[in-house]
Amino acid sequence: MHIIGKGIMRKDSLEKVTGHAKYTADFESKKMLYGRLVTSPHAHANIKQIDTSSAEKINGIRAIITGENLPLTGEEMKDRYPIAKERVRYYGEVVAVVVADTPFQAMQAAEAIKVNYEFLPVVNSPSEALKADAPLLHPDLENYEKINMVYPVPGTNIASKTKIRKGNLEKGWQESEVIVEEAFAFRPSDHAAMETRAVFAQIHPDGMIELTASSQAPFMIKRLIADYFNVELGRIIVNTPLVGGAFGGKASVQLELLAYLATKAVNGRLVKIVNEREEDMVTSPGHIGLEAQVKLGCTKEGILKAAEILFLWDGGAYSDKAIDLSRAGAVDCTGPYHIDNIWCDSLCMYTNHPFPAPFRGFSHSEVHFAFERTMDVLAQKLNMDPLELRARNAILPGHTTPTQVVLNSSTVGNLPECIRKLKMLLNWEEGQVIDVGPNKVRAKGVSCVWKTSTIDPDASSGVILTFNKDGSINLISGVVEIGTATKTVLAQILAEKLKMDINEIHVQMGVNTQSTPEHWKTVASRGTFMAGRAVLTAAEDVIKQLKSLASFLLRASTEDLEVGYGKVYVREEPKQYIPIKEIAYGYSFPEGLSIGGQMIGRGTYILRGMTHLDKETGAGRPGPEWTVGAEGVEIELNTRDYTYRVLKAVAVIDVGKVLNEKTALGQVKGSMSMGLSFAARETFRFDREGRVLNPQLRTYRPLRFGEHPKYEAAFVETPHLDAPYGARGVGEHALIGMPAALGNSLSTALSVKINYLPMIPEVLWKMKERGK
Amino acid sequence: MTEKIAIPLNVNGEIREVVIRPADTLLDVLRNELSLTGAKPGCLNGDCGACSVIVGGTVYKSCIMLAVEAIDSKITTIEGLKNSPIQEAFIKHFAFQCGYCTPGFIINIQALLEKHSNPTYETIKEWLSSNICRCTSYEEIEGAVFSVVEKSSDE
Ligand code: FES
Ligand code: FES
Repeated sequence: MHIIGKGIMRKDSLEKVTGHAKYTADFESKKMLYGRLVTSPHAHANIKQIDTSSAEKINGIRAIITGENLPLTGEEMKDRYPIAKERVRYYGEVVAVVVADTPFQAMQAAEAIKVNYEFLPVVNSPSEALKADAPLLHPDLENYEKINMVYPVPGTNIASKTKIRKGNLEKGWQESEVIVEEAFAFRPSDHAAMETRAVFAQIHPDGMIELTASSQAPFMIKRLIADYFNVELGRIIVNTPLVGGAFGGKASVQLELLAYLATKAVNGRLVKIVNEREEDMVTSPGHIGLEAQVKLGCTKEGILKAAEILFLWDGGAYSDKAIDLSRAGAVDCTGPYHIDNIWCDSLCMYTNHPFPAPFRGFSHSEVHFAFERTMDVLAQKLNMDPLELRARNAILPGHTTPTQVVLNSSTVGNLPECIRKLKMLLNWEEGQVIDVGPNKVRAKGVSCVWKTSTIDPDASSGVILTFNKDGSINLISGVVEIGTATKTVLAQILAEKLKMDINEIHVQMGVNTQSTPEHWKTVASRGTFMAGRAVLTAAEDVIKQLKSLASFLLRASTEDLEVGYGKVYVREEPKQYIPIKEIAYGYSFPEGLSIGGQMIGRGTYILRGMTHLDKETGAGRPGPEWTVGAEGVEIELNTRDYTYRVLKAVAVIDVGKVLNEKTALGQVKGSMSMGLSFAARETFRFDREGRVLNPQLRTYRPLRFGEHPKYEAAFVETPHLDAPYGARGVGEHALIGMPAALGNSLSTALSVKINYLPMIPEVLWKMKERGK
Repeated sequence: MTEKIAIPLNVNGEIREVVIRPADTLLDVLRNELSLTGAKPGCLNGDCGACSVIVGGTVYKSCIMLAVEAIDSKITTIEGLKNSPIQEAFIKHFAFQCGYCTPGFIINIQALLEKHSNPTYETIKEWLSSNICRCTSYEEIEGAVFSVVEKSSDE
């Protein structure tokens, strides 16, 4: 292979290091008006009155929009007004939108709007929400419109319930000789992408609605606006330029709806809304919280026999993507092991917290924290090496998943090999805890991971290739460049297939839903897989066209021709060829007669064989394949003050095939970093009234330069046969194991169970010393 | 509302006249009046460093600095840097992904290297901990800085 696997320079490099790369908020126009949100300072209250009279008097105010006459919205179940109506259900919820000539005027007006609230009791956690006497957040639950696989329980705060029933739990317990049971909890947190969400929108005189949005899902914005507001689908255009980090957070559609309402309120004039950091953290959707109970049973030899799991997701005030998240957590509820008897209830709970968007790993780091911590507790009770316990139960081809999919060597990676490599990289044999005194220990912790991508069964991806006259190609795909270099990798796939110079492939970075073929959403590490398949199909299309034109010019049949190195040539006589550039725009004979025309290739791909899950058992095929991995961390802990440093973080992922070594490493290390940051320090702090106390980057503090450990990443390559060159997803998996690995290292070092996130020194101290 | 005023700003070697409110931040003026959108808003609160620019040889967070404070100083934004060693090192070391934090980091490192040609790791850490990158693991950025400093530090 000439280009697959190499660390090819990113196609967006020069734009990005020179400051010329443009993100949504960078676009300005003198015609623009500015939208500004008025948000609720309370987590749960009735809106008694909104007084806009003094705001209206401020110069330059063009519109003030409140929540009357708006449709209910929500991706899986429609339970949310885009602007609160009569009642607010979370701190930061939008109660009004102001549109003004300048951002300053908009801010002044927003501050001048007076809202009168009547407080309601607050539901501050999912377990509180489950109590029989809990205030009902959505009394109308049974009337909400919903899609497939959404199972609300009216009269409760359960927005949806997913059940997994595999095997016979009774039998599992009978066969178990050793049983452990653990409980876990953590609060919602945030993605904190460096670019806050931004959008601008207008309605053209001919009725075309045009939005430009910082989003992972421009095609979904289009679909949802059409659906919610009853607009013709073809009348909506969504542009997405480069996106400044997303991590799942920009796969939800929220701010875009407000921009649409804003432009509508000012007769279609161009309106821009950019989230402030505080709004981006609490008003727009964040990262889900969870309370979990895991009970495991195994034989004396450590063979797992039963798993009983309860998830109470902190789905926040509105269900939007939370239902899907709670379902995805159930699908891979156990971690990558073969277990015959599984019972899991995954409840998406309404609370008075900000509502969640997907977060990198789509529920998997969350459920793995619970499951993989419990595995360590079980190993300890068995007095067995925790990696040995995992190796003994590792999922293999022939085994079934919790939703009863029978795996083969294409649909699941090689976990034992990942574990073997991890042992080496982590120097596991030297021992899990080493006293480096005084008051200092070093400790290691591990976790195994797996993940499938639970995306819509009918999700598809398209690619168009257009030739330039010089024989170079424009590659046009609906994948959004969110930082993962997917479009560079797509260019590599094309260059490999056409055996051409990657510098002659020009990638269109931005997306325009009118001229760019659809890619469902840039999520779930599926960009390379789906768009990559579409690239291959489009390349085949181009090859066929090139050969058919060349066949007649070279006087050889198409079967005897090859395409590569900028030429179409006769296989056995490579000197007999025609340069692609001479036929890329058709062919002109010396006397001027021409045939052909610009060559355009097309390809689409739709996922194969996915099904809905059964309501009672969860049985069904939720995703195309399972990527597996084994991960570990090494920490140094001060046993007196409970401060610690992560020295090293390791991830071994079965990626199927490395397509671009550098960008794959970047994805894996970046994932580990985000996972450690989530595990060690990130959380919203709520007060008793459900208000978020730290919606700023100085009080919500992600990892910074110099706090990073040494990262090591290694790959196993078990091809996924459906994927281009066998590549599996790589964007999320290294994140998934980090919280559990860190928890396991700290729990081992302190001989105490650390089952809460984030694992700040105070939590460690509480667990260790309050327990005494 | 206060009257707008006209002020000259010396940006990337050019004197540019802008008409602004005295309360406008340097970040807003660079982006909205001069269309220099390389400096990014990340928090508007001094917490993230995405808006960093060099003013009179020192790196500042332009979101918490008034434009009028920068009159008479030489301002360098990311657009004023061309083919600098640190920009090249960022490409070579894959020290960015989404690229949103990148102008801030590069400007900060440029200012650092102008002040300290051979900084210790502690100094590098002290300077760079004022910026946040959410995509990379920081190891790539570290690699880029080390390669420019040439002599990699002891730690
Ligand atoms: S925007 Fe200036 S420090 Fe964040
Ligand atoms: S590259 Fe995305 S925040 Fe640094």
